Amino acid sequence: MIEFQYARATDVADAVRQIAGNPGAKLVAGGTNLIDLMKMEVERPAKLIDITRLPLKQVEDTPGGGLRIGALVRNSDLAYHAPIEQRYPVLASAIKSGASQQLRNMATTGGNLLQRTRCAYFYDTTTPCNKRTPGSGCSAIGGHNRMHAILGTSDACIAVHPSDMCVALAILEAKVHVTGASGDRSIAFADFHRLPGDTPQRDTNLDAGEIITAVELPPKGFARNYSYLKIRDRLSYAFALVSAAVGLELDGDTIKEARFALGGVAHKPWRDPRAEAALQGQPANAATFARAADVLLRDARGYEHNSFKIDLARRCLVRALTQAARGTPQSQSSKKIA
Amino acid sequence: MSESFTPVGMPLTITINGVRRSLSVDPWVTLLDVLREQLELTGTKKGCDQGQCGACTVLIDGRRVNSCLTFAVMYDGAEITTVEGLAVNGALHPLQQAFIDHDAFQCGYCTPGQICSAAGLIAEGKAKTAEEIRELMSGNICRCGAYTNIVAAIQQAMGRS
Repeated sequence: MIEFQYARATDVADAVRQIAGNPGAKLVAGGTNLIDLMKMEVERPAKLIDITRLPLKQVEDTPGGGLRIGALVRNSDLAYHAPIEQRYPVLASAIKSGASQQLRNMATTGGNLLQRTRCAYFYDTTTPCNKRTPGSGCSAIGGHNRMHAILGTSDACIAVHPSDMCVALAILEAKVHVTGASGDRSIAFADFHRLPGDTPQRDTNLDAGEIITAVELPPKGFARNYSYLKIRDRLSYAFALVSAAVGLELDGDTIKEARFALGGVAHKPWRDPRAEAALQGQPANAATFARAADVLLRDARGYEHNSFKIDLARRCLVRALTQAARGTPQSQSSKKIA
Repeated sequence: MSESFTPVGMPLTITINGVRRSLSVDPWVTLLDVLREQLELTGTKKGCDQGQCGACTVLIDGRRVNSCLTFAVMYDGAEITTVEGLAVNGALHPLQQAFIDHDAFQCGYCTPGQICSAAGLIAEGKAKTAEEIRELMSGNICRCGAYTNIVAAIQQAMGRS
Protein backbone atom coordinates (compact mmCIF):
# COMPACT_ATOMS: atom_id res chain seq x y z
CA MET A 1 0.00 0.00 0.00
CA ILE A 2 1.20 3.48 -0.86
CA GLU A 3 1.64 5.97 1.97
CA PHE A 4 -0.40 9.16 2.10
CA GLN A 5 -1.52 11.97 4.36
CA TYR A 6 -4.96 11.82 5.90
CA ALA A 7 -7.32 14.54 7.06
CA ARG A 8 -10.98 14.71 8.01
CA ALA A 9 -13.20 17.35 6.49
CA THR A 10 -15.39 19.01 9.10
CA ASP A 11 -18.03 20.41 6.71
CA VAL A 12 -18.63 20.76 2.96
CA ALA A 13 -16.88 24.14 2.77
CA ASP A 14 -13.88 22.67 4.53
CA ALA A 15 -13.77 19.75 2.09
CA VAL A 16 -13.89 22.18 -0.85
CA ARG A 17 -11.11 24.24 0.72
CA GLN A 18 -8.95 21.18 1.32
CA ILE A 19 -9.38 19.72 -2.16
CA ALA A 20 -8.91 23.05 -3.97
CA GLY A 21 -5.29 23.67 -4.82
CA ASN A 22 -4.22 20.17 -3.91
CA PRO A 23 -4.27 18.18 -7.15
CA GLY A 24 -2.65 15.21 -5.42
CA ALA A 25 -5.54 14.87 -2.94
CA LYS A 26 -8.60 12.66 -3.27
CA LEU A 27 -11.85 12.55 -1.35
CA VAL A 28 -12.71 9.26 0.33
CA ALA A 29 -16.14 8.11 1.54
CA GLY A 30 -17.10 4.43 1.07
CA GLY A 31 -13.71 3.79 -0.45
CA THR A 32 -14.74 0.47 -2.00
CA ASN A 33 -13.31 1.38 -5.40
CA LEU A 34 -10.65 3.96 -4.48
CA ILE A 35 -8.93 1.77 -1.87
CA ASP A 36 -8.99 -1.19 -4.26
CA LEU A 37 -7.29 0.99 -6.90
CA MET A 38 -4.78 2.29 -4.35
CA LYS A 39 -3.78 -1.28 -3.52
CA MET A 40 -3.09 -1.84 -7.21
CA GLU A 41 -1.27 1.55 -7.36
CA VAL A 42 -3.59 2.69 -10.15
CA GLU A 43 -4.60 5.55 -7.87
CA ARG A 44 -1.76 7.15 -5.92
CA PRO A 45 -3.20 10.10 -3.94
CA ALA A 46 -0.73 12.06 -1.82
CA LYS A 47 -3.53 12.87 0.59
CA LEU A 48 -6.96 11.47 1.42
CA ILE A 49 -9.65 13.82 2.67
CA ASP A 50 -12.20 11.80 4.62
CA ILE A 51 -15.69 13.21 3.98
CA THR A 52 -17.66 10.48 5.78
CA ARG A 53 -18.61 12.82 8.64
CA LEU A 54 -20.19 15.51 6.43
CA PRO A 55 -23.97 16.06 6.83
CA LEU A 56 -24.95 14.65 3.41
CA LYS A 57 -26.79 11.55 4.62
CA GLN A 58 -30.46 12.54 4.28
CA VAL A 59 -33.09 11.63 1.71
CA GLU A 60 -35.49 14.57 1.58
CA ASP A 61 -38.64 15.51 -0.36
CA THR A 62 -38.15 18.37 -2.79
CA PRO A 63 -40.77 21.13 -3.18
CA GLY A 64 -41.45 19.89 -6.73
CA GLY A 65 -42.47 16.40 -5.59
CA GLY A 66 -39.16 14.65 -6.11
CA LEU A 67 -36.48 13.38 -3.76
CA ARG A 68 -33.05 14.75 -2.94
CA ILE A 69 -30.56 12.04 -1.99
CA GLY A 70 -27.52 13.18 -0.01
CA ALA A 71 -24.22 12.17 -1.58
CA LEU A 72 -23.23 10.12 1.47
CA VAL A 73 -26.40 8.02 1.69
CA ARG A 74 -25.17 4.42 1.63
CA ASN A 75 -26.25 2.25 -1.31
CA SER A 76 -27.90 -0.30 1.03
CA ASP A 77 -29.83 2.40 2.90
CA LEU A 78 -31.04 3.88 -0.38
CA ALA A 79 -32.08 0.53 -1.85
CA TYR A 80 -34.33 -0.18 1.15
CA HIS A 81 -35.51 3.38 1.79
CA ALA A 82 -39.31 3.14 1.69
CA PRO A 83 -39.99 6.18 -0.57
CA ILE A 84 -37.36 4.89 -3.02
CA GLU A 85 -38.85 1.39 -3.05
CA GLN A 86 -42.36 2.76 -3.46
CA ARG A 87 -41.88 5.70 -5.83
CA TYR A 88 -38.66 4.77 -7.69
CA PRO A 89 -38.56 0.95 -7.58
CA VAL A 90 -36.36 0.73 -10.69
CA LEU A 91 -33.64 2.52 -8.71
CA ALA A 92 -34.03 0.26 -5.68
CA SER A 93 -33.92 -2.79 -7.96
CA ALA A 94 -30.81 -1.64 -9.82
CA ILE A 95 -28.92 -0.98 -6.58
CA LYS A 96 -29.86 -4.39 -5.18
CA SER A 97 -28.50 -6.05 -8.33
CA GLY A 98 -25.03 -4.56 -7.84
CA ALA A 99 -22.06 -5.71 -5.72
CA SER A 100 -22.74 -7.45 -2.38
CA GLN A 101 -24.55 -6.29 0.75
CA GLN A 102 -21.18 -5.72 2.50
CA LEU A 103 -20.08 -3.40 -0.32
CA ARG A 104 -23.47 -1.67 -0.53
CA ASN A 105 -23.18 -1.03 3.23
CA MET A 106 -20.00 0.94 2.57
CA ALA A 107 -20.56 2.47 -0.88
CA THR A 108 -22.19 5.90 -1.13
CA THR A 109 -24.50 7.55 -3.65
CA GLY A 110 -21.88 10.04 -4.84
CA GLY A 111 -19.17 7.41 -4.91
CA ASN A 112 -21.28 5.09 -7.05
CA LEU A 113 -21.34 7.79 -9.76
CA LEU A 114 -17.56 8.14 -9.55
CA GLN A 115 -16.69 4.45 -9.88
CA ARG A 116 -13.96 3.77 -12.37
CA THR A 117 -14.07 1.07 -15.00
CA ARG A 118 -13.25 -2.52 -14.07
CA CYS A 119 -11.36 -3.02 -17.37
CA ALA A 120 -8.59 -5.49 -16.43
CA TYR A 121 -6.02 -3.49 -18.37
CA PHE A 122 -6.88 -0.33 -16.44
CA TYR A 123 -6.08 -2.29 -13.26
CA ASP A 124 -2.89 -3.87 -14.65
CA THR A 125 -0.13 -1.27 -14.38
CA THR A 126 2.21 -3.40 -16.52
CA THR A 127 0.05 -2.87 -19.63
CA PRO A 128 -0.68 0.26 -21.70
CA CYS A 129 -3.96 2.01 -20.90
CA ASN A 130 -5.01 5.45 -22.14
CA LYS A 131 -7.35 5.92 -19.20
CA ARG A 132 -4.60 5.24 -16.64
CA THR A 133 -1.66 6.68 -18.61
CA PRO A 134 -2.93 8.97 -21.39
CA GLY A 135 -1.18 8.36 -24.70
CA SER A 136 0.14 4.90 -23.79
CA GLY A 137 -2.38 3.02 -25.94
CA CYS A 138 -5.38 0.73 -25.35
CA SER A 139 -4.64 -2.90 -24.53
CA ALA A 140 -8.28 -3.96 -24.71
CA ILE A 141 -8.61 -3.18 -28.42
CA GLY A 142 -6.97 -6.29 -29.82
CA GLY A 143 -6.75 -7.84 -26.35
CA HIS A 144 -9.23 -9.73 -24.21
CA ASN A 145 -12.32 -7.58 -24.67
CA ARG A 146 -15.25 -9.83 -23.80
CA MET A 147 -16.48 -7.44 -21.08
CA HIS A 148 -15.97 -4.28 -23.13
CA ALA A 149 -18.10 -1.67 -24.85
CA ILE A 150 -20.06 -2.00 -28.07
CA LEU A 151 -21.38 1.58 -28.22
CA GLY A 152 -19.75 5.00 -28.02
CA THR A 153 -16.22 3.61 -28.15
CA SER A 154 -13.18 5.42 -29.51
CA ASP A 155 -9.78 4.36 -30.82
CA ALA A 156 -8.44 5.37 -27.40
CA CYS A 157 -10.72 3.36 -25.08
CA ILE A 158 -13.43 0.69 -25.11
CA ALA A 159 -14.00 0.50 -21.33
CA VAL A 160 -17.48 0.30 -19.82
CA HIS A 161 -18.93 2.09 -16.81
CA PRO A 162 -19.59 -0.55 -14.14
CA SER A 163 -22.54 0.94 -12.23
CA ASP A 164 -26.05 -0.53 -12.11
CA MET A 165 -27.45 2.35 -10.06
CA CYS A 166 -26.43 4.86 -12.72
CA VAL A 167 -28.41 3.03 -15.42
CA ALA A 168 -31.57 3.59 -13.38
CA LEU A 169 -30.62 7.20 -12.57
CA ALA A 170 -30.23 7.81 -16.32
CA ILE A 171 -33.85 6.92 -17.11
CA LEU A 172 -35.10 8.80 -14.04
CA GLU A 173 -33.33 11.91 -15.45
CA ALA A 174 -31.66 12.62 -12.13
CA LYS A 175 -29.75 15.82 -11.50
CA VAL A 176 -26.32 15.77 -9.90
CA HIS A 177 -25.76 18.65 -7.49
CA VAL A 178 -22.12 19.63 -7.05
CA THR A 179 -20.21 22.36 -5.30
CA GLY A 180 -16.71 23.72 -5.67
CA ALA A 181 -14.54 26.77 -5.27
CA SER A 182 -16.54 28.60 -7.94
CA GLY A 183 -19.91 27.79 -6.37
CA ASP A 184 -22.81 25.37 -6.76
CA ARG A 185 -24.16 23.93 -10.00
CA SER A 186 -26.27 21.00 -11.09
CA ILE A 187 -25.51 18.64 -13.97
CA ALA A 188 -28.15 16.69 -15.90
CA PHE A 189 -27.47 12.98 -15.53
CA ALA A 190 -27.02 12.50 -19.27
CA ASP A 191 -24.21 15.09 -19.17
CA PHE A 192 -22.49 13.79 -16.06
CA HIS A 193 -20.56 10.84 -17.49
CA ARG A 194 -18.49 11.22 -20.66
CA LEU A 195 -17.75 9.08 -23.67
CA PRO A 196 -14.04 8.24 -23.93
CA GLY A 197 -13.24 10.18 -27.12
CA ASP A 198 -9.57 11.11 -27.04
CA THR A 199 -9.64 11.91 -23.29
CA PRO A 200 -10.61 8.59 -21.68
CA GLN A 201 -8.80 9.61 -18.50
CA ARG A 202 -11.81 11.86 -17.78
CA ASP A 203 -14.79 9.73 -16.74
CA THR A 204 -17.10 12.60 -15.83
CA ASN A 205 -17.68 16.32 -16.31
CA LEU A 206 -17.08 16.99 -12.63
CA ASP A 207 -14.34 19.63 -12.48
CA ALA A 208 -11.21 19.14 -10.41
CA GLY A 209 -11.99 20.31 -6.90
CA GLU A 210 -15.76 19.82 -7.20
CA ILE A 211 -17.69 17.64 -4.77
CA ILE A 212 -21.02 15.88 -5.36
CA THR A 213 -23.43 16.96 -2.63
CA ALA A 214 -26.68 15.31 -3.74
CA VAL A 215 -28.53 13.46 -6.49
CA GLU A 216 -32.02 14.78 -7.13
CA LEU A 217 -34.83 12.66 -8.57
CA PRO A 218 -37.65 14.41 -10.46
CA PRO A 219 -41.19 13.32 -9.48
CA LYS A 220 -41.71 10.82 -12.29
CA GLY A 221 -40.71 7.39 -10.94
CA PHE A 222 -42.43 4.84 -13.25
CA ALA A 223 -43.50 2.90 -10.15
CA ARG A 224 -46.15 0.89 -11.99
CA ASN A 225 -44.34 -0.25 -15.13
CA TYR A 226 -40.60 -0.72 -14.73
CA SER A 227 -37.88 -3.34 -14.70
CA TYR A 228 -34.14 -3.64 -14.15
CA LEU A 229 -32.82 -6.74 -15.88
CA LYS A 230 -29.15 -7.60 -15.49
CA ILE A 231 -27.43 -10.39 -17.42
CA ARG A 232 -24.10 -11.61 -16.02
CA ASP A 233 -21.79 -14.60 -15.84
CA ARG A 234 -23.10 -15.74 -12.44
CA LEU A 235 -26.41 -15.05 -10.77
CA SER A 236 -25.18 -12.61 -8.15
CA TYR A 237 -22.19 -10.46 -7.23
CA ALA A 238 -20.89 -9.95 -10.77
CA PHE A 239 -20.70 -6.98 -13.10
CA ALA A 240 -23.19 -6.84 -15.97
CA LEU A 241 -22.47 -8.23 -19.37
CA VAL A 242 -25.47 -6.15 -20.33
CA SER A 243 -28.31 -4.69 -18.29
CA ALA A 244 -31.45 -2.71 -19.07
CA ALA A 245 -33.38 -0.19 -16.99
CA VAL A 246 -36.90 0.48 -18.25
CA GLY A 247 -39.73 2.78 -17.26
CA LEU A 248 -43.03 2.92 -19.17
CA GLU A 249 -46.13 5.06 -18.92
CA LEU A 250 -49.05 3.19 -20.48
CA ASP A 251 -52.57 4.08 -21.48
CA GLY A 252 -54.11 0.64 -21.76
CA ASP A 253 -51.78 -1.12 -24.20
CA THR A 254 -50.56 2.12 -25.76
CA ILE A 255 -47.22 3.56 -24.75
CA LYS A 256 -47.50 7.21 -23.69
CA GLU A 257 -43.88 7.48 -22.66
CA ALA A 258 -40.95 5.08 -22.70
CA ARG A 259 -37.56 5.51 -21.13
CA PHE A 260 -34.82 2.92 -21.27
CA ALA A 261 -31.06 2.67 -20.93
CA LEU A 262 -28.47 -0.06 -21.21
CA GLY A 263 -25.61 -0.81 -18.80
CA GLY A 264 -22.46 -2.78 -19.50
CA VAL A 265 -22.28 -1.64 -23.12
CA ALA A 266 -20.61 1.79 -23.04
CA HIS A 267 -18.52 4.30 -21.10
CA LYS A 268 -21.79 5.63 -19.63
CA PRO A 269 -25.38 4.43 -19.34
CA TRP A 270 -26.58 4.22 -22.95
CA ARG A 271 -29.80 6.10 -23.61
CA ASP A 272 -31.13 7.53 -26.87
CA PRO A 273 -34.18 9.80 -27.24
CA ARG A 274 -34.67 8.58 -30.84
CA ALA A 275 -35.12 4.99 -29.69
CA GLU A 276 -37.54 6.07 -26.97
CA ALA A 277 -39.53 8.20 -29.42
CA ALA A 278 -39.94 5.11 -31.60
CA LEU A 279 -42.19 3.66 -28.90
CA GLN A 280 -44.31 6.74 -28.24
CA GLY A 281 -47.95 6.14 -29.19
CA GLN A 282 -47.18 2.55 -30.21
CA PRO A 283 -48.78 -0.63 -28.88
CA ALA A 284 -46.73 -2.34 -26.17
CA ASN A 285 -45.77 -5.56 -27.90
CA ALA A 286 -42.73 -7.57 -28.93
CA ALA A 287 -42.62 -6.12 -32.45
CA THR A 288 -42.50 -2.49 -31.35
CA PHE A 289 -40.02 -3.33 -28.58
CA ALA A 290 -37.73 -5.03 -31.12
CA ARG A 291 -37.87 -1.98 -33.40
CA ALA A 292 -36.92 0.31 -30.52
CA ALA A 293 -34.02 -1.99 -29.59
CA ASP A 294 -32.81 -1.89 -33.20
CA VAL A 295 -32.78 1.91 -33.08
CA LEU A 296 -30.93 1.96 -29.75
CA LEU A 297 -28.29 -0.49 -31.02
CA ARG A 298 -28.03 0.82 -34.58
CA ASP A 299 -24.42 1.95 -34.16
CA ALA A 300 -23.28 -1.01 -32.05
CA ARG A 301 -19.93 -2.44 -33.02
CA GLY A 302 -18.38 -5.62 -31.59
CA TYR A 303 -14.72 -6.36 -30.99
CA GLU A 304 -13.07 -9.77 -31.12
CA HIS A 305 -14.68 -11.27 -28.01
CA ASN A 306 -17.76 -9.17 -27.30
CA SER A 307 -19.89 -9.20 -30.44
CA PHE A 308 -22.31 -11.46 -28.57
CA LYS A 309 -23.28 -8.41 -26.52
CA ILE A 310 -25.08 -6.80 -29.47
CA ASP A 311 -27.74 -9.48 -29.71
CA LEU A 312 -27.72 -10.04 -25.93
CA ALA A 313 -28.39 -6.32 -25.35
CA ARG A 314 -31.24 -6.36 -27.87
CA ARG A 315 -32.87 -9.37 -26.22
CA CYS A 316 -32.25 -8.04 -22.71
CA LEU A 317 -33.96 -4.76 -23.59
CA VAL A 318 -36.95 -6.43 -25.28
CA ARG A 319 -37.37 -8.70 -22.25
CA ALA A 320 -37.11 -5.81 -19.79
CA LEU A 321 -39.65 -3.79 -21.80
CA THR A 322 -41.96 -6.81 -21.79
CA GLN A 323 -41.58 -7.24 -18.03
CA ALA A 324 -42.29 -3.54 -17.50
CA ALA A 325 -45.37 -3.56 -19.75
CA ARG A 326 -46.79 -6.58 -17.92
CA GLY A 327 -46.13 -5.02 -14.53
CA THR A 328 -43.93 -7.99 -13.60
CA PRO A 329 -40.49 -6.47 -12.97
CA GLN A 330 -37.41 -8.65 -12.66
CA SER A 331 -36.91 -9.90 -9.09
CA GLN A 332 -33.41 -9.40 -7.70
CA SER A 333 -33.68 -12.41 -5.38
CA SER A 334 -35.43 -14.96 -7.59
CA LYS A 335 -33.19 -15.10 -10.65
CA LYS A 336 -35.73 -16.73 -12.93
CA ILE A 337 -36.21 -14.39 -15.90
CA ALA A 338 -39.92 -14.32 -16.67
CA MET B 1 -11.26 24.42 10.65
CA SER B 2 -9.81 21.21 9.35
CA GLU B 3 -8.05 18.64 11.44
CA SER B 4 -4.79 17.68 9.77
CA PHE B 5 -2.41 15.00 10.92
CA THR B 6 1.12 14.00 10.19
CA PRO B 7 1.06 10.74 8.26
CA VAL B 8 2.36 8.44 10.97
CA GLY B 9 0.89 7.01 14.13
CA MET B 10 -2.53 8.61 14.26
CA PRO B 11 -4.64 8.10 17.36
CA LEU B 12 -7.59 5.76 16.96
CA THR B 13 -10.06 4.74 19.64
CA ILE B 14 -12.43 1.90 18.81
CA THR B 15 -14.59 -0.45 20.82
CA ILE B 16 -13.62 -3.91 19.70
CA ASN B 17 -15.82 -6.81 20.82
CA GLY B 18 -17.06 -4.66 23.70
CA VAL B 19 -13.63 -3.51 24.86
CA ARG B 20 -12.50 0.07 24.31
CA ARG B 21 -9.00 0.23 22.82
CA SER B 22 -6.82 3.25 22.11
CA LEU B 23 -4.37 2.61 19.31
CA SER B 24 -1.87 4.38 17.13
CA VAL B 25 -2.22 3.50 13.44
CA ASP B 26 -0.73 4.64 10.15
CA PRO B 27 -3.50 5.99 7.90
CA TRP B 28 -2.74 3.53 5.09
CA VAL B 29 -3.36 0.43 7.24
CA THR B 30 -6.63 -1.36 6.53
CA LEU B 31 -9.00 -2.26 9.32
CA LEU B 32 -8.32 -5.92 8.50
CA ASP B 33 -4.59 -5.51 9.12
CA VAL B 34 -5.17 -3.60 12.38
CA LEU B 35 -7.42 -6.43 13.60
CA ARG B 36 -5.03 -9.20 12.65
CA GLU B 37 -1.60 -7.65 13.15
CA GLN B 38 -2.08 -5.08 15.90
CA LEU B 39 -4.95 -6.54 17.92
CA GLU B 40 -4.00 -10.17 17.18
CA LEU B 41 -7.61 -11.01 16.35
CA THR B 42 -6.77 -13.51 13.63
CA GLY B 43 -10.28 -14.95 13.37
CA THR B 44 -11.02 -12.42 10.63
CA LYS B 45 -9.38 -13.78 7.49
CA LYS B 46 -7.55 -12.19 4.58
CA GLY B 47 -8.77 -13.93 1.45
CA CYS B 48 -8.57 -11.86 -1.72
CA ASP B 49 -7.79 -8.52 0.00
CA GLN B 50 -9.84 -6.88 -2.79
CA GLY B 51 -13.42 -7.02 -1.55
CA GLN B 52 -14.30 -9.97 -3.75
CA CYS B 53 -14.49 -12.91 -1.31
CA GLY B 54 -16.01 -11.73 1.99
CA ALA B 55 -13.59 -13.65 4.26
CA CYS B 56 -12.72 -10.35 6.01
CA THR B 57 -16.34 -9.46 6.87
CA VAL B 58 -16.81 -7.78 10.26
CA LEU B 59 -19.58 -5.68 11.78
CA ILE B 60 -18.96 -1.94 12.13
CA ASP B 61 -21.66 -0.29 14.26
CA GLY B 62 -23.75 -3.40 13.57
CA ARG B 63 -23.39 -3.34 9.76
CA ARG B 64 -21.44 -5.96 7.85
CA VAL B 65 -18.57 -4.62 5.74
CA ASN B 66 -15.38 -5.82 4.06
CA SER B 67 -12.60 -4.88 6.49
CA CYS B 68 -9.97 -5.22 3.73
CA LEU B 69 -11.44 -2.29 1.79
CA THR B 70 -11.40 0.34 4.47
CA PHE B 71 -8.75 2.24 6.40
CA ALA B 72 -8.92 1.79 10.17
CA VAL B 73 -8.26 5.47 10.77
CA MET B 74 -11.66 6.31 9.26
CA TYR B 75 -13.46 4.53 12.11
CA ASP B 76 -12.44 6.52 15.18
CA GLY B 77 -15.19 6.03 17.77
CA ALA B 78 -16.78 3.03 16.04
CA GLU B 79 -17.91 -0.26 17.58
CA ILE B 80 -16.46 -3.25 15.78
CA THR B 81 -17.48 -6.86 16.23
CA THR B 82 -15.40 -9.74 14.86
CA VAL B 83 -16.08 -13.47 15.01
CA GLU B 84 -14.23 -13.54 18.36
CA GLY B 85 -16.88 -11.23 19.82
CA LEU B 86 -20.00 -13.24 18.98
CA ALA B 87 -19.95 -15.81 21.79
CA VAL B 88 -21.34 -14.58 25.11
CA ASN B 89 -19.73 -15.87 28.35
CA GLY B 90 -18.42 -18.94 26.56
CA ALA B 91 -21.79 -19.82 25.02
CA LEU B 92 -21.63 -20.04 21.22
CA HIS B 93 -23.65 -17.55 19.20
CA PRO B 94 -26.69 -19.29 17.62
CA LEU B 95 -25.00 -18.92 14.21
CA GLN B 96 -21.81 -20.59 15.42
CA GLN B 97 -23.84 -23.48 16.85
CA ALA B 98 -25.90 -23.73 13.67
CA PHE B 99 -22.78 -23.89 11.47
CA ILE B 100 -21.58 -26.82 13.62
CA ASP B 101 -24.99 -28.51 13.59
CA HIS B 102 -25.21 -28.30 9.79
CA ASP B 103 -21.54 -28.97 9.01
CA ALA B 104 -21.61 -25.66 7.13
CA PHE B 105 -17.91 -25.61 6.23
CA GLN B 106 -15.14 -27.81 4.99
CA CYS B 107 -11.77 -26.04 5.21
CA GLY B 108 -13.22 -23.31 7.43
CA TYR B 109 -11.30 -20.38 5.98
CA CYS B 110 -14.40 -18.47 4.85
CA THR B 111 -16.37 -19.37 8.00
CA PRO B 112 -15.64 -16.33 10.23
CA GLY B 113 -16.67 -14.06 7.34
CA GLN B 114 -19.73 -16.18 6.60
CA ILE B 115 -20.83 -16.05 10.25
CA CYS B 116 -20.26 -12.30 10.67
CA SER B 117 -22.04 -11.69 7.36
CA ALA B 118 -24.97 -13.87 8.47
CA ALA B 119 -25.15 -11.94 11.76
CA GLY B 120 -25.43 -8.74 9.71
CA LEU B 121 -28.02 -10.35 7.43
CA ILE B 122 -30.22 -11.37 10.37
CA ALA B 123 -29.97 -7.88 11.89
CA GLU B 124 -31.01 -6.32 8.55
CA GLY B 125 -34.16 -8.48 8.48
CA LYS B 126 -34.50 -8.37 4.68
CA ALA B 127 -33.99 -12.07 3.92
CA LYS B 128 -36.88 -14.42 4.65
CA THR B 129 -36.62 -17.25 2.10
CA ALA B 130 -33.67 -19.49 1.18
CA GLU B 131 -33.55 -17.67 -2.15
CA GLU B 132 -33.24 -14.30 -0.41
CA ILE B 133 -30.58 -15.65 1.97
CA ARG B 134 -28.54 -16.88 -1.00
CA GLU B 135 -28.80 -13.53 -2.75
CA LEU B 136 -27.91 -11.45 0.33
CA MET B 137 -25.05 -13.80 1.27
CA SER B 138 -23.53 -13.66 -2.23
CA GLY B 139 -20.69 -11.46 -0.99
CA ASN B 140 -19.23 -14.46 0.84
CA ILE B 141 -17.51 -17.00 -1.38
CA CYS B 142 -16.99 -20.60 -0.16
CA ARG B 143 -14.49 -22.32 -2.42
CA CYS B 144 -15.27 -25.71 -0.80
CA GLY B 145 -18.87 -25.25 -1.91
CA ALA B 146 -20.64 -25.63 1.44
CA TYR B 147 -23.39 -23.22 0.36
CA THR B 148 -26.32 -25.61 0.86
CA ASN B 149 -25.36 -26.23 4.47
CA ILE B 150 -24.54 -22.56 5.07
CA VAL B 151 -28.07 -21.58 4.00
CA ALA B 152 -29.53 -24.30 6.24
CA ALA B 153 -27.45 -23.08 9.20
CA ILE B 154 -28.59 -19.49 8.68
CA GLN B 155 -32.21 -20.60 8.45
CA GLN B 156 -31.81 -22.44 11.76
CA ALA B 157 -30.26 -19.41 13.45
CA MET B 158 -32.95 -17.10 12.02
CA GLY B 159 -35.61 -19.32 13.56
CA ARG B 160 -34.00 -18.94 16.97
CA SER B 161 -33.32 -15.22 16.93
